[in-house]
Amino acid sequence: MSFRGFLLRDHFDTLLTALHKLGAHCVGPTVMDDSIHYTTLTSSTQLPQQVHDHQGPGHYRLSTSTESRWFAWANGAQALKPLVFVPQEILWRSERDSEGNLQFSNSKQEPPLTAVIGVRACDLAALALQDQHFLDGLEQDSAYARRRQQLILIAVNCTHPSANCFCHSSGDGPEVKQDYDLLLDELDDGFAVRSASPMGEKICQQLQLEALTNSQQDEIKHANLRAIEQQTKHLPEGNLEQALKNLQGSGRWQQIAERCLSCGNCTAVCPSCFCHSQHDEPAANSMSSAHIRQWDSCFSHGHSYIHGMVIHNETRFRYRQWLTHKFSGWFEQYGRSGCVGCGRCITWCPVGIDVTEELHALAEEYDNV
Amino acid sequence: MFDRQTPHEAIVVRRTQESDTIFSLGLRFSDDELNQQYRFQPGQFNMLYVFGIGEVPISIVSDPQSTDEVIHTIRTVGRVTRVLEKLKPGDRLGIRGPFGRGWPLASLQHRDILVVTGGLGCAPSVSIINYIMRRRQQFGRMAIIQGVKHSEDLIWRERYKEWMQLDNTQVLLAADVASHGWPWHVGLVTELLPQLDLDVSQAATMMCGPEMMMLATAKQLLEKRASAQNIWLSMERNMQCAVGLCGHCQYGPDFICKDGPVFSYADVQDRLPRRNI
Repeated sequence: MSFRGFLLRDHFDTLLTALHKLGAHCVGPTVMDDSIHYTTLTSSTQLPQQVHDHQGPGHYRLSTSTESRWFAWANGAQALKPLVFVPQEILWRSERDSEGNLQFSNSKQEPPLTAVIGVRACDLAALALQDQHFLDGLEQDSAYARRRQQLILIAVNCTHPSANCFCHSSGDGPEVKQDYDLLLDELDDGFAVRSASPMGEKICQQLQLEALTNSQQDEIKHANLRAIEQQTKHLPEGNLEQALKNLQGSGRWQQIAERCLSCGNCTAVCPSCFCHSQHDEPAANSMSSAHIRQWDSCFSHGHSYIHGMVIHNETRFRYRQWLTHKFSGWFEQYGRSGCVGCGRCITWCPVGIDVTEELHALAEEYDNV
Repeated sequence: MFDRQTPHEAIVVRRTQESDTIFSLGLRFSDDELNQQYRFQPGQFNMLYVFGIGEVPISIVSDPQSTDEVIHTIRTVGRVTRVLEKLKPGDRLGIRGPFGRGWPLASLQHRDILVVTGGLGCAPSVSIINYIMRRRQQFGRMAIIQGVKHSEDLIWRERYKEWMQLDNTQVLLAADVASHGWPWHVGLVTELLPQLDLDVSQAATMMCGPEMMMLATAKQLLEKRASAQNIWLSMERNMQCAVGLCGHCQYGPDFICKDGPVFSYADVQDRLPRRNI
């Protein structure tokens, strides 16, 4: 998409105003609990000011700088996932009358129009994966579909990948190429704006945009190239799908299990992980009950429970399930790997297990067999 | 389309105690229109919902052409089945389904059929036997091998004895551990395969039960020149949504709830030998 113009930093709030006028609830990055969180945004003053993030295996810290930019960081623990596939929600309710008759109903409530500001290329790639899973399968997930329809995606190209990022290697970033409404490139004094949808156009019409200079366009190109160069992690070359199928008996799974706590942090922060469990919460008067789904993890004990036994009864089987699904099974299910290179599973792993390192070790083992 | 993501109210019309821990529930939708709309294939399953407790996946054992009730044979083993066990005729529950890919029975007409099952009241295999017994002339020879851990675990002993008397039908029973007076084989189901009086290389084999039993049987059948595409098995994993969304039933790249539960051996032979997948 070509540039629509340049939005001065001082005019950024006109974007929020335009979105509010459309009836959208704005969500964007803010600093909370020493990390970047997506929360309700009413003013640009809430955006991270003079903040960088520093990530490493099991490590996330923010530091202050003299940085004038608001998006000079890679990411926080959240992606778009909690906004569409929410951590917990009621799927349906049942009511029981005094004669024992049951009635079932599901919520058809329309979620609010939600504009997300600061979406990264990895987040968009993960959203496309979740769309495939929740919308394009045998049956649509109606709760997901309702929220997804209400999203306005305002992406900001990532210029500060973290030490855990490998989106260039996974083929998902750092440059946003598609599936957005608006795309912003942040420069010192403002944002270059591109639009890729009728909604994006509608918003652009509300903005005071200046002409974009050639030198600004060059700067954007360079920033993207620099963001690629900054990425030090990468996925192994070769056919991981086949390698992992062949390595189910590898001793590496046990070596990983000696470090892995089976806590499920990696699956919670993973923007593509979709597992969820369902349970009932009956009301105290036992006349109604809510059937609830909540995020689950293939690292939980109950995930593979079946009539009295747990199939993945050891950590090595759980990690094997997670990694094999993400980097092998996903190809057959959805035509590509389930990893978008955001690096969150490395950052938020309490013992710093690095998925790229494990994949390199496994790929090497496969090459040597 | 029939909503399969929200339960519909059903009434227990019949309850049969099959053994100490196994019982069957015959169910009808309260809304008669749903009874007319509802269609299933043998080998498919429903999610049964107990008010305030939760859902559990249960195979359908009744005949697809019988519309007066949908029968589920259930073993009491967990939180939901312990409550299902207490339901009486007239009680209400929720039902949604049917789910999954059933047995390919429609494409097996005039073929010889081998059914191998292990374990207690293996419901998916009962649906095959019931289906074929009702349409006996449409199929060739039929052999049933049923294995149980302990001879006391065998349910439907009378039914097996009746089937033993039928023409073109062979029933072989085995118990790993047998109490006094067990007239049949003591040992594994695989040890009964040489006694089959049908040509396994031509027959269609359908199996359900412990994975290692199905694997050992399939291997022996392949040695006897059966083709992997002619062996089917019903797989089991944790299921919560039943429509391929919740992720619990993944078995390699397959979602058992929608890609199965019935698979050809050719589809799963890469994974079946490995435990904890």
